[in-house]
Amino acid sequence: MPIRLDIVTPERLAFSDDVDEVVCPGVEGELGILPHHAPLLTTLGLGELRIRKGGEVDAFAIAGGFLQVRPDRVVVMAETAELGSEIDLERARHAREEAERTLEATYLEPADLARARAGLQKALLRIRVAERHRREGPRHHG
Amino acid sequence: MASQREIRRRIASVRNIKQITRAMQFVAASKLKRAQDATLAARPYSDKLDEVLADVAAVLGGEEHPLLAQRDGGRRCLVVFTTDRPLAGALNANLVRFAAREIVEHPGDLAVVAVGRKGRDALRRMRVPIAAFFLNFGDRPAFADVLPLARLITDDYLSGTYGRVDLVFPRFISTLTQRPELEQLLPVQPSDDTAGIPGNQFIFEPSPGAVLEQLLPRYVATRLYQAVLESAASEQSSRMVAMKNATENAADLIEDLTLTYNKVRQANITREMIEIASGAQAL
Repeated sequence: MPIRLDIVTPERLAFSDDVDEVVCPGVEGELGILPHHAPLLTTLGLGELRIRKGGEVDAFAIAGGFLQVRPDRVVVMAETAELGSEIDLERARHAREEAERTLEATYLEPADLARARAGLQKALLRIRVAERHRREGPRHHG
Repeated sequence: MASQREIRRRIASVRNIKQITRAMQFVAASKLKRAQDATLAARPYSDKLDEVLADVAAVLGGEEHPLLAQRDGGRRCLVVFTTDRPLAGALNANLVRFAAREIVEHPGDLAVVAVGRKGRDALRRMRVPIAAFFLNFGDRPAFADVLPLARLITDDYLSGTYGRVDLVFPRFISTLTQRPELEQLLPVQPSDDTAGIPGNQFIFEPSPGAVLEQLLPRYVATRLYQAVLESAASEQSSRMVAMKNATENAADLIEDLTLTYNKVRQANITREMIEIASGAQAL
């Protein structure tokens, strides 16, 4: 029995389809959801959300969100959600360099430091998801 | 009666105006399509967030978070959404009038946060205190664009500067109708937990309080984002209709002027004929 998964962001409905398994970046580690999971409401961290459907695996880079598991569906609400194929790798690399340069400065305001760190983490995540997508395409499991 | 040349010049200038209003009408129509799509696309997220908030609030009760707690007194903040640019029909005038009536009917300590240049300028002329203003959300506002606005309002609310925050924005109902509406933003009022399964059946990870802590700031930002989107869709549709009317009026005016022009021309010809005829007779 498949699970209905909706991924919504403030700007759009990013994904809506039946899948077999969802692995989410929970705040306290990865979280796998299979059919018939108990109702759950949790916050999600910055990370890679993987969807398995049949033998194919797709990955989203998501940031700042919630996961709601209901008997009839799984809903992911994220501030941003980008499919591996949608990520602009050049831009992500550029963002990483920029964040690294900022972090090399000798003194930073705490707010700037936090922003640069968050930017770096996000850029690294996007690069990871995008590169994996380029390397493997939608992955196939035997 | 004006001379032929003057009338001809007026016809040419009205024709130019008509070209411009017509172009603006088409530009607004295509932007409206996008703005409408964006408003619709944003709805699933905000509906879900509403639902989750209701689930959490059902478990926690009302007073678990400062953004939820009802307060007595304190300064009231109105966040007023208007357009940056003019020529959007009566949209801004209606909205400012609505906000002004709200201010007059509920006198008291009040400040306005203006989103959009037109509202800021109009309210400033009415001597309403403007605490802050945000401009240039543009035709395609992104969620990240509203975060500074959300942060400012949330921080001022938490620090006690405001006791209550309301939004005043044009609700996009249809291409022909946009209605000014008032919506309470803070303190947050969760809707009733009616959708789906009751909140107390959920497992909360790590805890209901922690989920709420993350949820509320996003909820505030989402409500603001929606108001920005509604406002953008209203602007384009109102401008499209206003420019359509202007184009039609220009066409009517051109028709009238052409008629007058022909009459003047005919009168001139007749007069010249009479002059020639009477001149010939005199010989």
